[in-house]
Amino acid sequence: LSLTETRSSRSLQVKFVPDEDVLKHITDDTGTKVRKDKAQLSVSVKRFVKKLENISDNEAQEILEEKNYVAVLGICAQGIMRNGSNIGGGEVYSFQTPKRSNKMSELASELACTPERNVTPDPSKCPEKMAKTPQSNKHSSSNKVQQRNEKKEFVSTTPYRLRKRLGAPDPYLESESEYSASCSEEEDEEEQKEVNTVLSDQKTPAKTKAASTPPPRNSLAKKKKDNLVEEYFEAHSSSKVLTSDRTLQKLRKRRLNQQTLRDLLKNAPVPYAAEIRDLNQQHESLFSKWMLQLHLGFNIVLYGLGSKRDLLEKFRTSLLRDSVHLVVNGYFPSITVRSILNSITEEVLDHIGTFHNPLDQFEFITKRFKEDSSLELYVLIHNLDSQMLRGERSQQILAQLSSLPSIYLIASIDHINAPLMWDQAKLSLYNWLWYETTTFNPYVEETSYENSLLVQQSGSLALSSLMHVLHSLTLNARGIFRLLAQHQLEKKDNPSYPGLSFQDFYQQCREAFLVNSDLTLRAQLTEFKDHKLIRTKRGADGVEYLLIPVDDSTLTDFLEKEDEDV
Amino acid sequence: MPWCFHICIDECSLCLQKIQEDLNKQLLENLVGFLSRSHSDFQEKTTEWTCRMKFREIPTAALVLGVNVTDHDLTFRGLSGILQDNITPYVALLEAKDCPGIKNLMQKLMGQLMKCDIDVDSLEDEDCVQVSQNRIRCSMSSLISWYESVKKVCCCKKRNSSSRHWQSPPVVVIFKDMESFTTKVLQDFIVISSQHIHELPLVLIFGIATSPMIIHRLLPHSVSSLLCIELFQSLSCKEHLSTIIDKLLLTSQFPFKVGEKVLQVLINIFLYHDFSVQNFIKGFQLCIVEHFYSQPLSVLCCQLVDTKKRACSLSHDQCENIRKLPSFRRYVEKQESGRQVALLTNDSFLKEETVKLLEDLHVYHENYVLILRCLHVFTSSLPKYPLGKQIRELHCACLENRVWETEEYESSLQLARMLNKTDLVTMLQQCVEILMSSSGKEFDKTSEKLKEFLTQFQNLEASQEQDMSVLSQKELQKKTDLYHLQKTLLELKESRRSKKLTKFEMLRFEVVDYIDSLVRKYLIPADDRTLHEVVYFNTASVLREHLNAAPRTALHTALNNPHWYLKCDGGGISNKAPDICIAYKLHLECGRLINLVDWLEAFSTVVMAAEEPNADAASSDQVDDTIHARFIRAISELELLGFIKPSKQKTDHVARLTWGGC
Repeated sequence: LSLTETRSSRSLQVKFVPDEDVLKHITDDTGTKVRKDKAQLSVSVKRFVKKLENISDNEAQEILEEKNYVAVLGICAQGIMRNGSNIGGGEVYSFQTPKRSNKMSELASELACTPERNVTPDPSKCPEKMAKTPQSNKHSSSNKVQQRNEKKEFVSTTPYRLRKRLGAPDPYLESESEYSASCSEEEDEEEQKEVNTVLSDQKTPAKTKAASTPPPRNSLAKKKKDNLVEEYFEAHSSSKVLTSDRTLQKLRKRRLNQQTLRDLLKNAPVPYAAEIRDLNQQHESLFSKWMLQLHLGFNIVLYGLGSKRDLLEKFRTSLLRDSVHLVVNGYFPSITVRSILNSITEEVLDHIGTFHNPLDQFEFITKRFKEDSSLELYVLIHNLDSQMLRGERSQQILAQLSSLPSIYLIASIDHINAPLMWDQAKLSLYNWLWYETTTFNPYVEETSYENSLLVQQSGSLALSSLMHVLHSLTLNARGIFRLLAQHQLEKKDNPSYPGLSFQDFYQQCREAFLVNSDLTLRAQLTEFKDHKLIRTKRGADGVEYLLIPVDDSTLTDFLEKEDEDV
Repeated sequence: MPWCFHICIDECSLCLQKIQEDLNKQLLENLVGFLSRSHSDFQEKTTEWTCRMKFREIPTAALVLGVNVTDHDLTFRGLSGILQDNITPYVALLEAKDCPGIKNLMQKLMGQLMKCDIDVDSLEDEDCVQVSQNRIRCSMSSLISWYESVKKVCCCKKRNSSSRHWQSPPVVVIFKDMESFTTKVLQDFIVISSQHIHELPLVLIFGIATSPMIIHRLLPHSVSSLLCIELFQSLSCKEHLSTIIDKLLLTSQFPFKVGEKVLQVLINIFLYHDFSVQNFIKGFQLCIVEHFYSQPLSVLCCQLVDTKKRACSLSHDQCENIRKLPSFRRYVEKQESGRQVALLTNDSFLKEETVKLLEDLHVYHENYVLILRCLHVFTSSLPKYPLGKQIRELHCACLENRVWETEEYESSLQLARMLNKTDLVTMLQQCVEILMSSSGKEFDKTSEKLKEFLTQFQNLEASQEQDMSVLSQKELQKKTDLYHLQKTLLELKESRRSKKLTKFEMLRFEVVDYIDSLVRKYLIPADDRTLHEVVYFNTASVLREHLNAAPRTALHTALNNPHWYLKCDGGGISNKAPDICIAYKLHLECGRLINLVDWLEAFSTVVMAAEEPNADAASSDQVDDTIHARFIRAISELELLGFIKPSKQKTDHVARLTWGGC
């Protein structure tokens, strides 16, 4: 009982403590020391400290330990770290409850009127922003308090002036009708909250019960504030998501294709061009150091925001011109470890012949490199963490490759979870030295192969390859494929279409005089399968289903082209 | 980068190699002994062997190697090398990832065995044994027939040349990572090979990372009873680290030293992250590289004999560099004015002085290590270890600041004043040993003094015995009742307060004070020494950055606060920030799913405002193509970075993959 009491008092009190003080207390080394120099705050501050003690019965120790750990690792002691951010791990991407649907446009308009210089945030007006700046030297202990604060602020952040401004000129926000029903209710609730801003949250729960949407932040969350984990599951428990129903089609916007996109971007202004150039030059000054460290048996991995492709290219052209090197474009969608190994054995070692499996191939490479100590190879891998290379086996082989003394690996990673690819054993094989190279360069090459959202997939690549393969086949084979394609197009509206079953297909082919026996059809299908033109899948009933793994528009194009040819 | 860098790093790796060898020596010797024993039995067909044969037991060594799996490779490499040199050419190393099934295991095993066989007698009779690996049917019987054939060959050869191997050498199979093998594979292999143990002298070695119990957990009794297991324990990684620190850092052998913070970072990475001695060594090597790369005066970081030569060949610029060193400036300020001028203007005088200072530094370090060890003898036996149990902790404390000014030191002195005599005597003896081991003359006097203390203690013993006997007699004569007892106790208390200390206590105080004076004299932190920058590497941040990087934090900073990198003033995000930052910032406000249309519009609001701050927002409700394109680029970049992914739950929506971030 007393616990809930303190808790409720806590939630009432927190409001009166400005964030600055919260931070001050938390960053204070002892954690509980009070600075009483601010007379007008001393009362609330004291209480706050008491509460802090309450909260942190068990946490405090943990926090203190973490702090010690962080301190000994040299962050605090070091003063100026190169990446300047003293944020603990939990801080960076922690669990958090989702926000409201139209918060984004609010922020947008706020950002829109944030001119370049005028950025010193007024803590009383936008405390959330304060919390966001990574320099603020807070530890994860502050997370909780912060979050609690945020909840309060959630009510009060939306300043009235902003609301007014949002209301007037924004045409998008006005269209209430375009939102889901649940959405507008959320809006209602919001209005309600605004009324209650001063009176704190005593009234809201009654209202939220009326709302059909399950995650009413105020009533439920109040009880479970402390439990981040529960919050996470709460946020994920309902499949209902509050977003507006508008689609791109309604925007009357033509989809851009890859080419026009590239042309358009060429004309786009580059912000901070000079600064970015400076940044890149800084990185380039490290080249000779990299060379040295590569030769000492370390391998180098580059991380940080921005494409590191140009940087590596520059490294290659300036230092590796006279040595044997291999560039691997990891972002290329069909790259495999095998192709990397093949290019080493065939191009570098001039070996003709194939191998049973990558392990044999790797052993061969090891042997050759051990025999000939003059052999040296630099391997540059753009995007070591790409979809194709991030698998466990690929990484294992690459790690073993990089551990050879005369193979020097320099690679780049981009994905936020990239370091999770490596376990202790792989890390020790890789023997990485990490270099932060934030370049802010656009990922032009890296994203061009991706099935980007919004970009119209011309499918030209797939189409041309389809045509290519089919032209080399017999007329009957083409007929067979056509039959399958047509069938698939007919069923394109059925999302759960499993494919054409083999028996039906055989029947149809027979009727069209394309095959005369079960076996010939199988032979044809094997050929298609080898070229990855079709995919077979066994259904639940054991029947084999055939499917062309190409999207419908490409298939239509293909049939049209075929018709032209014939 | 000075050319002498290579000398230093070579020296370091040589020394490390030696340390590693020494460390594993005992373990390997034991193992080799075990192997030769198990195999000599086979040779002589002694009763024990036949007895074991009846039960079909395979001699097995369980090698407990500890949790630092990454270091195991090195041990195994050393082990197989030694085995091949001394015992048998037939050593096979198996890893769990190569052996998903018994077939693969046999294949791998035979492949390795036959290959090593070919290596041995490739010159003489190739056609005899060399069979293409692919043609062999991998079964136990083919293995046995192979073994028979090579044994014969060996026998023939043995007659003309005495080989280091025995007549029928055992076949050693090493399972590198026993825990990760499939139980089935292991069981099958053991059962099958136990059937053939009388034909094929097999010896197994299990590499174990956890505890020997795992054998019994992995193998049922029926299988484990086929093994005759002997346990071998390798040095724990912490002890290993201590040895490395002891031999590498706490010697005057290496000119290069690491500073306090650097050492802390290295040790913390070891203790909190991986327990890997290899990584510790890697970090140390990185320190050397960084030091020689970043410190122009590292030319002078060399063995004492070379110092003079190198100092003389310094260029004028390098002399200027010396003058710029903060520690040297402090030194100059303390000198009288005439010398000051000479030091700052005369290069050759500076060089002479530098040599002298470097020699001083060297001597300082030698003394430092000795006294540190002595102090460690004392502190490591105090209750609760106020200054740490390990010498590395003490070393860090001493490097950090004046150790005698810390509270921990105070309390440990307090505790030392309460030590009993036997402990004190043994400690003093140890200290004397440490001091005697040094070659320099510096500590002759000190050790003399300590020896004097020791003799005093002995004398004390003799006199005390007399005292004791008198006292006890008196005590016995007295009749004790409660009143008297109380009285005597009170008296005792009084007397204790006022009483003069006993001789022993006086002596104890003297000893502790003497140790204290030694500490104050010799354990001065390195930062206070002149020219310490030349040999001490102190930039811990560099080390942390390269060894223990935080890619997510960097990404987070770049996205949230691009100004930090772009070197403009300002805090958060303005509307002119790079596109991806704006898009990122906007998406933080969303829940699990994000509507692309909303996002696009919000994005364009921001970007438009940046381009034409005065334009009316309403005038352009249609999004500009360029902005559209920029938006597309931004979100596809976010997708590449793993913040969002396409979602099919709702049209034109993407799913967020991270939470929080603000």
